[in-house]
Amino acid sequence: MSLPIIEMRAISKRFGALLANDNVSLSVAPGEILGLLGENGAGKTTLMNILFGVYISDGGSILIDGKPAQIHNSADALNHGIGMVHQHFHLAPRLTVIENLLVGTPGKNGQLDIAGAKAKLKNIERDFGLKLNPDTLVASLAVGEQQRLEIIKALFRDARLLILDEPTAVLAPPDVDGLFAALRAIAAKGLGIIFISHKLNEVRALTTRCVVLRHGRLAGEVPKPAAASARQIAELMCGHEIVPPSRPPANPGKPVLQLENISTSAHAGAGLKNVTLEVHAGEILGIAGVSGNGQKALADVISGLLNPKAGTLKINGQTVSDISPRQVQAMGLGRIPEDRLAAGLVSNMSLAHSIALPRIGQAPFSRQGLLQSGAIAEFAKDQIKEYGIQCQGPDVRTGTLSGGNLQKALLARELAFHPKVLIVSQPTRGLDVGATHFVYEKFLSLRASGCGLMVISEDLEELLTLSDRIAVLYEGEIVGLVKSENATVSRLGLLMNGAREQAA
Amino acid sequence: MIRLEARSSTPTWFNLALPVAAVFVTLVLCSGLIVLAGASVFSSYAIMATAAFGDLYSATETLVRAAPMIFTGLAVAVAFRAKFWNIGAEGQLLAGAVASCMVGGIAMPGALGMSAMAIAGAIAGGVAALVPALLRVKLKVDDVVSSLLLNSVIFFALMALIEGPWKDSLSGYPISPPIQDSAIFPVFIAGTRLHLGVLAALLMAPLIWFVISRTVLGFSIRVTGENPEAARYSGINIDRVLVLTALLSGGLAGLAGVCQVGGVHYQVMAEISPGYGYSGIVIAMLARLNPLGVVPAAIFLGAVMTGADAMSRATGVPAFLSEVIQGTALLSMLAALLFMNYRLRFQGRAA
Repeated sequence: MSLPIIEMRAISKRFGALLANDNVSLSVAPGEILGLLGENGAGKTTLMNILFGVYISDGGSILIDGKPAQIHNSADALNHGIGMVHQHFHLAPRLTVIENLLVGTPGKNGQLDIAGAKAKLKNIERDFGLKLNPDTLVASLAVGEQQRLEIIKALFRDARLLILDEPTAVLAPPDVDGLFAALRAIAAKGLGIIFISHKLNEVRALTTRCVVLRHGRLAGEVPKPAAASARQIAELMCGHEIVPPSRPPANPGKPVLQLENISTSAHAGAGLKNVTLEVHAGEILGIAGVSGNGQKALADVISGLLNPKAGTLKINGQTVSDISPRQVQAMGLGRIPEDRLAAGLVSNMSLAHSIALPRIGQAPFSRQGLLQSGAIAEFAKDQIKEYGIQCQGPDVRTGTLSGGNLQKALLARELAFHPKVLIVSQPTRGLDVGATHFVYEKFLSLRASGCGLMVISEDLEELLTLSDRIAVLYEGEIVGLVKSENATVSRLGLLMNGAREQAA
Repeated sequence: MIRLEARSSTPTWFNLALPVAAVFVTLVLCSGLIVLAGASVFSSYAIMATAAFGDLYSATETLVRAAPMIFTGLAVAVAFRAKFWNIGAEGQLLAGAVASCMVGGIAMPGALGMSAMAIAGAIAGGVAALVPALLRVKLKVDDVVSSLLLNSVIFFALMALIEGPWKDSLSGYPISPPIQDSAIFPVFIAGTRLHLGVLAALLMAPLIWFVISRTVLGFSIRVTGENPEAARYSGINIDRVLVLTALLSGGLAGLAGVCQVGGVHYQVMAEISPGYGYSGIVIAMLARLNPLGVVPAAIFLGAVMTGADAMSRATGVPAFLSEVIQGTALLSMLAALLFMNYRLRFQGRAA
């Protein structure tokens, strides 16, 4: 076996009382695609941040090509040939592709070496099949192309080890295939790749070997991921057995959410065009679509944040006369926003206050305009217990919670008031297997209790698991509405890319 | 090698330690200027401290100085909590002073006159703060710029008044006519200037603390500042909250003007505020926007101002040092806030 490109030996890192990495060792050989798995908080990000120089480890060592290396910052990491593609891209949107590649490079006689860079870009295109027009403005690139640029950026800096942090979270299914092809081509040239993901099917399809972290320690290794089942890997990650959620036959009642011919102006992507949809009590309606095709407008109209130009919104059979967050909430709508910390909870406030936020003006949380701290804390304590939210208590700062616990807090907040209809966006984005499971089970038990749910998601597996019917949004229109037993990933994929004729 | 590393949590004692450290660093940094002026650092600071707190009279003078700054500090703290960037406490103070002085000039029983002055001053300050708030809510005008520039507008309007139609006909100076004797705030200790406004300021801080931390309005102000998107999502009308915040903030700054008119000057002149509105920003930051913290922060600045005059007389160090200390304290505090979110990490060369 050839010398590993990189070897991390007995890495430990402590944050206060938390041991984020405990004696973790791993190595990546040339040509290897190593899957790095673990639940949220297992220490994956910390470990990669140590490798990339964001943190300094408390113990252990890093060897590059068998020689000990000191990595104090990301510049050191880049110089050692380590490139990282973050989940959130680090690109300058007002600059072109080639200018973005030149950021941070030394230049020639004080000038940008554009010609040299273009030649190098051509080589990368030839070697790895990664193609981008050098003169396009980054702002006009699609998400998949921006990601490609991030990968090219790493290769441009002569990276020999690429770290990708949940790269598929932002991609539509066809783009995922493209990404995988590119990564395989890169590995075939003898580079190493570390692939961090929650999606076990992708890990099984792509990686040549997996390591699993749990509570900061190495929990195990999967030598041939393709041969292992997703369930085996998931159980290794969470350390206990997993029972897959089962969806009993639907027993839909009367419609609890109706959109009739709703149109809106453009709103974070496409606006809605003449959208008519119904969600029945005891039913889960999935909304599929590539991001930016009207999902945000749909969620915001129903949440009362966006006033439609035309059309009627009915909740529980009644027309919403004044579409505002307060009104839809009063009519029995619960909402779980896509961005948990930006639109849902308040990072810098206590968990108890975040949970009480939408109903802070009502009893028991306040009386005569005065906050009832006791009732607020009591309510939060009950929810923390019931939902198993892992935190120090109701007074903990909301921003310190992990993604899974934040989502539990949001669920608790909405479900405590027995909504007639619940609209959720990307309910499991960034969540680990255990937390995802928890969310699915809550949704299914809500459905059983007669609540109507609308689930907006870019994860087709998720929609197929949860939904009774799936509607597909494309450029603000519903281009297809299929029963989920008749739906497949490929059929939905076609609809998501605008193949309207398939809808019939 | 020293580097900054993100903190996962901030110890609570930092809330107190950071301002104290900032003040300490400020005094160390400013001692350089004292040395340059040819005086002894320790004796200069000792003279300042004695002048500010050495006897009962000095201590009351410090409090009298601190009172308007407690009001402006509270005004800024409330506004900044909502991320309404009110840099206009100075102008709002002046508006409050003018309105209260006009009302105080009307003959009526003392208690009624003082109450009327307070109400008029608060309303005038609130209206002055409403201008940048409405410009921001309706037209998306940057509130830092509009509230700051409004200070000059109000100041020169005040000058035009006391140089023109509102000039005191008896003295002939560019000052306004005095308020009624019955409206002059009572003094608690004979021989000092410890007036009713000081007590009002000291009571206002816990009241505002209660409003901010214990009422739905205060909660809405905090959520709007921390996360307007989540506030909107939860049914809070953030435009309305910003306008209410502006009225509250401006009203508090207006009361600082009332305090000066009713308790110190009894009339309006160009020098009615030596920048108390701007000091409010320093105070609010030192207090980390906590209304209770505003009181010690304002007393500190009051002591610096009182002490700097005495030090200047005794040692020849220019009294401008007081302003340098204020500015340095603000910068030190801003620098100190970095440690809320980051820790220093020292590391040797070896691995």
